[in-house]
Amino acid sequence: MAAIEMKHIIKKYGDGFPAVNDVSIDIADGEFVILVGPSGCGKSTLLRMIVGLEDITDGDMIINGQRVNEKAPRDRNLSMVFQNYALYPHLTVYENIAFPLRLSKTPDADIDKRVREASTLLELDDHLERKPANLSGGQRQRVAMGRAIVRQADAFLFDEPLSNLDAKLRGQMRTEISRLQRRLGITTVYVTHDQTEAMTLGDRVAVMKKGILQQIASPRELYEQPVNLFVAGFIGSPPMNFLPAEVRGDGKLQTPLGPIALTTDLQRQAVQGHDVLLMGVRPEAFEDAKLVDPDKRDKGDVFNAQVDVTEWLGNEQYAYIPFEASAEIRDQLRDLSRELDSDQLRTQLIIAIDSTSRIRAGRTADIWVDTRRMHLFDPKTGVNLTRDEQAGARLTAEVEEERREEMEEARNMPLGEAPDVQGSSSGDGSVGARDGAGSRSSGTQEAGSRRV
Amino acid sequence: MNTSRKGQVGWIIGAILIMFYALLPVAWILSLSFKAGDDINNQKFWPTNWSFENYDIVFSSDLFTTALRNSVGISLIATFISVVLAMLAAYAVARLEFPGKSLILGVALAITVFPIIAIATPLFNLWRTIGLYDTWLGLIIPYLSFSLPLSIYVLSAFFREIPWEMEQAAQVDGATAWQAFRKVIVPLAAPGVFTAAILTFFAIWNDFIFGITLTSSEAARPVPAALAFFSGASQFAQPTAPIAAASVVVTIPVIILVLAFQQKIVAGLTNGAVKG
Ligand SMILES: Nc1ncnc2c1ncn2[C@@H]1O[C@H](COP(=O)(O)OP(=O)(O)OP(=O)(O)O)[C@@H](O)[C@H]1O
Ligand SMILES: [Mg+2]
Repeated sequence: MAAIEMKHIIKKYGDGFPAVNDVSIDIADGEFVILVGPSGCGKSTLLRMIVGLEDITDGDMIINGQRVNEKAPRDRNLSMVFQNYALYPHLTVYENIAFPLRLSKTPDADIDKRVREASTLLELDDHLERKPANLSGGQRQRVAMGRAIVRQADAFLFDEPLSNLDAKLRGQMRTEISRLQRRLGITTVYVTHDQTEAMTLGDRVAVMKKGILQQIASPRELYEQPVNLFVAGFIGSPPMNFLPAEVRGDGKLQTPLGPIALTTDLQRQAVQGHDVLLMGVRPEAFEDAKLVDPDKRDKGDVFNAQVDVTEWLGNEQYAYIPFEASAEIRDQLRDLSRELDSDQLRTQLIIAIDSTSRIRAGRTADIWVDTRRMHLFDPKTGVNLTRDEQAGARLTAEVEEERREEMEEARNMPLGEAPDVQGSSSGDGSVGARDGAGSRSSGTQEAGSRRV
Repeated sequence: MNTSRKGQVGWIIGAILIMFYALLPVAWILSLSFKAGDDINNQKFWPTNWSFENYDIVFSSDLFTTALRNSVGISLIATFISVVLAMLAAYAVARLEFPGKSLILGVALAITVFPIIAIATPLFNLWRTIGLYDTWLGLIIPYLSFSLPLSIYVLSAFFREIPWEMEQAAQVDGATAWQAFRKVIVPLAAPGVFTAAILTFFAIWNDFIFGITLTSSEAARPVPAALAFFSGASQFAQPTAPIAAASVVVTIPVIILVLAFQQKIVAGLTNGAVKG
């Protein structure tokens, strides 16, 4: 159990390139934090600095109130699941999981008990005597997890652990990791490329770009109140639509789709002193105008547009609407999509419409847009001018609340409902059993490291 | 179908020819070693009567048995030290960036191309002065210096194949650098370690030049050198057959070693370490 504080962490590699630049993140005890960002933005580097595999150029890394910058990985008591698992091929699954315990000179009986608990939890009981080479990808992934959880470390660090699994297994392992983290209540930092993992697993998500932390907030806050163009474009799939918007004198914006009225105070403030803005609207803020209630309809705007393509997916439907933009705006959007690592051609609108909508490709249609959910960005700096800080903070606070409740629930779950956990062999409530195991382990570890 | 069968037949014929070429001298020595007394002049490939007389002679001669003891002792000790040192050096070469790294590799390579005979005489004089002449240590030291470069090359190639993450994982799991090396890297490099050990052992086991120049008595003389001093059953008989028997005896450990470790050498290196 540990809180991790990063204060102005900087990492410069030998060539002077700042892979991580002035990142400050406070991770609370028991929190699940996700690091996302395009390839090469410094996620792995940051994770490896937490665990101690990479020297920190500047700043403070504080774990449990102690500065650990100079501590070796073995003295930090963190466990890590590597991107490629890094299992020991010469050891059986059992010995792989037992490895950290053997190093800390845990008594054999204890090792056996804990390895078996972990293997039951991860459904590896049938494979304990096999070698990693003979396991499937998902099984190897679970062995790597087993090695990480067997030790009762202060925190888990995951570096894209699911990236090489197929979609089905990934979904399965995702829920497994989430359940495990809630149950053990251990601080977790998780690096991923995957939108779904980022949105579903984390209490908070840290979005990075070129070594710089852009925003750290609950998935919901990131989605609804992004701080800038980059975060807005990175979070969400299909991505947010960006349109050029000229500010007109009459409280409206001139867009390629037609004039759109400003509805909220924030929006009206945002346009002050700007001629051209980038308007960002999520696909689901649009709807087929025919299917919108009349009273709801008044809260937004309706425009008429030529639909290029529609995609009907059963439960939802997407329509693509191309629009014209000046060369300057087009360049900017292209740069943005390059930064985001996406290959979207962004001079088209992707909108989500009801699956019952009769809008068809090649025809024009009336589209309603919920203008309250529209964000306005400064085209030069990318700053979100309509971000509602309070609403955002509220969203993140809600998640924090939920997390506490979930952890409470997971801890108090009676044994009968938790078929797999630790406490099963000791018989009493799982909370007590876990605490007992935890303190015992730290005791033996200290003894072990003193002896070494 | 047809061509592949033809190819197969070709392969088999080729293999037989090569085996015949390689094994004929061995078979001849084997047959010689079983020819008792004057039977070596029987003008035939095989002995007229199979006899163990030569083996009796060989094993009853102090010259051979002490030489055998010297050879076994010196080879094992030198091999062990050489492999341990090579392992540490190769690990540093494979993992660390340090000034003079290329110099070390260059010097190591230079040593392997150095003709052994060129340093035999200087060593002879040096050893006599400092008292290492005709001792086990006096042989072990030059053996080490000539076997280390090769072992370092073989082992550093193996170490380089092992992903960095193996060690990092071990360190995160609570291992010291030494524990990570001993419990993860060495076992993973085991095929390389065996390869290096066997190559070193063979080279030392078969060495003649140092064996003959740096020894003068039974105190340290190894088998290949001792064979040169061999006399037959009587002072006047040519010792050809007993020498053949002795050669067969010294070949046996080599064959046993190869058979025993061949499995280890070909075993896969980092199977299953990473996702697949
Ligand atoms: N050993 C190194 N020496 C020099 N530069 C490095 C080194 N390792 C990483 N970098 C640089 O640091 C930056 C961040 O790398 P990092 O591995 O943290 O990216 P990442 O966010 O994990 O990317 P990915 O999602 O592709 O794994 C990259 O630009 C990379 O080129
Ligand atoms: Mg990475």
